[in-house]
Amino acid sequence: MHDIKFPKKLDEEIGEYIKKNKLSGQKAKKLKERILEEYKKRLYYPEEPVGIITAQSLSEPATQMTMRTYHFAGTAGIQVTLGLPRLLEIFDAKKEPETPTMTIYIDKKYQNEAKITKIAGMIKEVKLKDVVTTSVMDILNLVIKFKLNKEKLSDLGIEMKKIPSKVKLKNIDMSIERDTLIVTAKKENTNIHKLRYKILESHVSGIKNISQVIVTKNENAEWVISTLGSNLKKVCEIEGVDPTRTTTNNIFEIYNVFGVEAARNAIIKEAMHTIEEQGLGVDIRYVMLLADLMTYKGTIMGIGRYGIAGNKPSVLARASFEETKKHLVEAAIKGIKDTLEGSVENIIMNKVAPMGTGSFTLVGKLPKMPESLKKEYEKKAKKLAEDREKAEIERKRRIEDALKAEQEEQQDINDEEVREEKEKDKADNEIKSKETKAKNKTTKAKTAKGEKKETVQKNKKK
Amino acid sequence: MTGEIKALGFGILSPEEIRQMATIRIVTSDLYDADGYPVDGGVMDSRMGVIDPGMRCRTCGGNIDTCKGHFGYLELAKPVVHVLFAKTVYNLLKVTCQKCGRIMTKERASLEELAKSPPSKCPFCSTVHKKVSFVKPYSYNIDKKDFDAEKIRELFEKIPDRDLKRIEFVGGRPEWLILTLLPVSPVNSRPSITLETGERSEDDLTHKLVDIVRINQSLKENIDIGAPEFIISDLWELVQYHVSTLFDNELSGIPQARHRSGRPLRGMVQRLKGKEGRIRGNLLGKRVNFSARTVISPDPMLSVNEVGVPEDVASELTIPEHVTPLNIEKMKKLIVEGKASYLIRPDGRRIRVTDDNRGDLILMLDKGWIVERKLQDNDVVLFNRQPSLHKVSIMAHYAKIMPHKTFRMNPSVCPPYNADFDGDEMNLHALQTQEARSEASLLMDVKDNIISPKFGGPLVGLDLDQITGISLLTKSGVELSKEETSDLLAAAGIDAKIPDKKKFSGRDIVSLLLPKELNLDFKANLWSSRNEDKNNGLVEIENGQIKSGVIDKTAVGAFKGKIINSISALGDNEKLRQFIDNAGRIGVAYLMKRGLTIGISDLDLSDDIMKEIRKSVKYAENKANKLIAAYNEGTLKILPGMTRKESLEAQMLNTLANGLNDVSKIVIKNVRYSDIIAMTESGAKGSNINTTQMAACVGSETILGKRIQRGYMGRTLPHFKRGDLSAASHGFVSRGFKEGLLPYEFFWNLMNGREGLMDKSLRTRKSGYMQRRLINSLQDLKVLDDLSIRGAMGEIVQFFAGEDGIDPSKSEWGKFVWENYV
Repeated sequence: MHDIKFPKKLDEEIGEYIKKNKLSGQKAKKLKERILEEYKKRLYYPEEPVGIITAQSLSEPATQMTMRTYHFAGTAGIQVTLGLPRLLEIFDAKKEPETPTMTIYIDKKYQNEAKITKIAGMIKEVKLKDVVTTSVMDILNLVIKFKLNKEKLSDLGIEMKKIPSKVKLKNIDMSIERDTLIVTAKKENTNIHKLRYKILESHVSGIKNISQVIVTKNENAEWVISTLGSNLKKVCEIEGVDPTRTTTNNIFEIYNVFGVEAARNAIIKEAMHTIEEQGLGVDIRYVMLLADLMTYKGTIMGIGRYGIAGNKPSVLARASFEETKKHLVEAAIKGIKDTLEGSVENIIMNKVAPMGTGSFTLVGKLPKMPESLKKEYEKKAKKLAEDREKAEIERKRRIEDALKAEQEEQQDINDEEVREEKEKDKADNEIKSKETKAKNKTTKAKTAKGEKKETVQKNKKK
Repeated sequence: MTGEIKALGFGILSPEEIRQMATIRIVTSDLYDADGYPVDGGVMDSRMGVIDPGMRCRTCGGNIDTCKGHFGYLELAKPVVHVLFAKTVYNLLKVTCQKCGRIMTKERASLEELAKSPPSKCPFCSTVHKKVSFVKPYSYNIDKKDFDAEKIRELFEKIPDRDLKRIEFVGGRPEWLILTLLPVSPVNSRPSITLETGERSEDDLTHKLVDIVRINQSLKENIDIGAPEFIISDLWELVQYHVSTLFDNELSGIPQARHRSGRPLRGMVQRLKGKEGRIRGNLLGKRVNFSARTVISPDPMLSVNEVGVPEDVASELTIPEHVTPLNIEKMKKLIVEGKASYLIRPDGRRIRVTDDNRGDLILMLDKGWIVERKLQDNDVVLFNRQPSLHKVSIMAHYAKIMPHKTFRMNPSVCPPYNADFDGDEMNLHALQTQEARSEASLLMDVKDNIISPKFGGPLVGLDLDQITGISLLTKSGVELSKEETSDLLAAAGIDAKIPDKKKFSGRDIVSLLLPKELNLDFKANLWSSRNEDKNNGLVEIENGQIKSGVIDKTAVGAFKGKIINSISALGDNEKLRQFIDNAGRIGVAYLMKRGLTIGISDLDLSDDIMKEIRKSVKYAENKANKLIAAYNEGTLKILPGMTRKESLEAQMLNTLANGLNDVSKIVIKNVRYSDIIAMTESGAKGSNINTTQMAACVGSETILGKRIQRGYMGRTLPHFKRGDLSAASHGFVSRGFKEGLLPYEFFWNLMNGREGLMDKSLRTRKSGYMQRRLINSLQDLKVLDDLSIRGAMGEIVQFFAGEDGIDPSKSEWGKFVWENYV
């Protein structure tokens, strides 16, 4: 065993205790030794298969989770995916969660309702359809007229004149006449219904993808903004938003903005939250290990066929999981050599997996054998060796015999015996002929078989 | 003969290899001659292995057990594409120069990537590459003209080896992907079955091989007689089809090859693939001998790490024991007493022990023999209940041979197995080697697995009646005389020294079981469940003496028991086992003495209270009606992100839930103390909601988290008007189970119950698959002696396991409480 030291946090805690109780150097040392002794007892045993225990600890509570997808996130009114579907989402490393949501923290300077509402307004995505009251289509001239809601526009602080520049679509002309937006299609064969839908769905102001914004006070009486839809990068750029605390439940977004370490922490946080929300307890160390496994290569990998399980170095491990054919064919072409280091590979080969007690073998001297037994065993060993020699000679002879017999048999078939047999066949009835034929074929076999059996038994003996 | 497989290589068989590993060449499609013997040169040739007992292999001389089988080969009249490599052949065609046969790249690149954007010109001879197209599953066109297997082979032969290395094609030569020789698998790999009628039924592969040989034969004949082109190409295509479906019979684009009965044949890929395939079904999962399975039933007098084994099972399962000078007398005695089933002589012969040969065998028994004795008391066995979701689903128990036909177990080990006694069956395995037995008793013993690695709390603990019993015993005011105390301890089978006192409280008795060094303070389950009774609700243990508080679920229950965890932290698992045994027994013993009964009148509430409850329910319903009115008027408060209807539904559900909550408070405050309450407040079984639902009001039934919406057009049931939004018409049950439900209310309840069943089956499927994926991802991770966590190839996943190196199964709720050692 290597030199064991306390982990940093524990060391600090004990240091604090010693300081607080003003223990003398001698006493402090004694205390530390005592605790270290107990600490060592609680460490993992070497070769402990933590992976399997982690997988079991995480999936056993999953059987008790609800399948119900939606749940209210507190009183805020944002519906988020929870329970088993959310857990699967995290472990599968889905690019986009089913319900992306953000919790946006605001700087102290902006901590009052009016200012926060303003920030919230800036964040929420406004599509053209949100500010349009009615629309009229002129199919003949390919013109659509949208009547705009003035009040809403002024509420959101959008200037009407700027709207044409915000709708970024090709092959159209746009102009504003009083409170109407007039859109003319340049191309003749435009599908005007599709165009109308596209224009209505186009982004006008706010941050893309954020469809709902709710301002609430959290348990620390601090104003926070919860959103449905997520866009971490853009939100953090807004003035007044505290980028150090603002988060999203979209792990890939965190990965893209802050990097793998942050993504790892996000996986831990989200998974722990999902499990604990269901009233189930799992030690955080397991979630940490899984998060580390999902991120240790520098990118986020899911647990399935396209993630960790499908990218293992061992062919057998991959083939035994999913897509057996694909992996075996690939291995053949690339001429891969599987060195059988994982657990499934060894199980397939009928060997003990190199984990736990399976990674140790006994090295040591056997106690000396008593003289009386020794003689007996020597005798037996001698006999065994003789038997083995005999068996070897027998085997060689048998092979020769068999070869000879085969040659003879072939000659026989060509020569007289066949004719003789045919004559006999005519004389005897059919059944009898079968018997003789069978006998001819197996007589030599039988003698050889008897010998073979003996050798096998002798082999077993050794 | 014996060796260890160190590595497994994959590659492509060359024609030479196929010829070399084969013992015979297949020349005829006939299987058997008129006499029923395999035809020489047929696909059932007896030189390719033995499938009938008593027969001898004509190649190696082995019998059915010793002959491993030998390959044959078939010479194909014209080459065919190996379907499994069809995609690779396509990729190669795309990147191989059609003139000079070089791979058209000068850099290193994988074949797949290169084939994605193939160069248009050969960099070596500057020939323009003609367009290659692939017609699934095995035809190719170059320049819209058919490019057959013969031509492909010719082209591939030209590819130089160094070019192949560059594109990571090192498993063999590319022309080997086009089959000229077909290896014919040994007969052992496709045994035929003899039916009762004496008819032989051949394996799917044999059928397939016969087809191939037959078509190949006629192709050959047609070529020899110089048949017209179209006949030859048709037959060639047919050979290609049959060879392809031999390898994989689930190819897209071509019809599946079928058996006469219409069942699709099983190709080689189908044999390997999937849950019942060779890899998952036979190599990773195996069937075992020396196992038993029967119904389980409880026996609190057994220890948690014991299992009661029926005599019938014990006499069937055996354990091999090597006869040595030290145990020969014992072994002889076993034979005399009929406790040995078989003897194995040093030469490996097995002899069954019968009444007739018993005497002879005792005289013959000597060192070096093996006695297969029947299962005895204190043999280590493995005990398992499916589904085996975690490692404590299979633990080592010590056998206790008992009469009757069920496995008996202590109810305290039910939680880790998730077992109950409503007909559950469990499996038992008798261990066959000393290594297995010692590993089982050192690593898998129940007493060493009480603390769950999942959360660092106890998995084994008192359950149900055991908790009710011990909590009733430790309540304030329970007083027993010395005689009663002795009776109780005797009934529980506890050997404890009783102090010389006249009166014993229940806490005194339970204190006898606790170790003297135990000091604990915590809140009992009873606290705040009904009242804040300090004497009963706050547990105080000083030096192993319970000063106050009842011992209930939070003290000794599975998943929660604080006392169990604290005793475990003292480090002696044997003591912990004894404590759980004794605590459970004393609970049951006291309950048997006291009795436990429930009746309908237990939940009777006075008329005044009932009125109050009805008023409360009415109030909730009125509030709901007001919401409906507001909705109809359009003045309803709209919740963000919801439509008007959704807002109404959400608020209705919330209102009715609050109503039920109010009712629950009234019920719990006023219900008379009875054994129902004894069970709920000790945490043994049941909750306040269950009590409320029985006594007063069931509340709102939901489907998919919403009020019940489905049914007829515009209404849920014909009992209601169309468009009725009221609570009652959408699943609100205002009555309690005791009072009885109205027919439609009963129906709501059933709907909810059915949803629960559906949800459960869906959930088990989803989480089962998640578990398989998780295990597959994590299975190779292990902690090394430097406390780093690494994968199979030694790659580091965590530098310091769990960031503190602590094994949660050796912790208290995931923490190392160092303050205990100050």
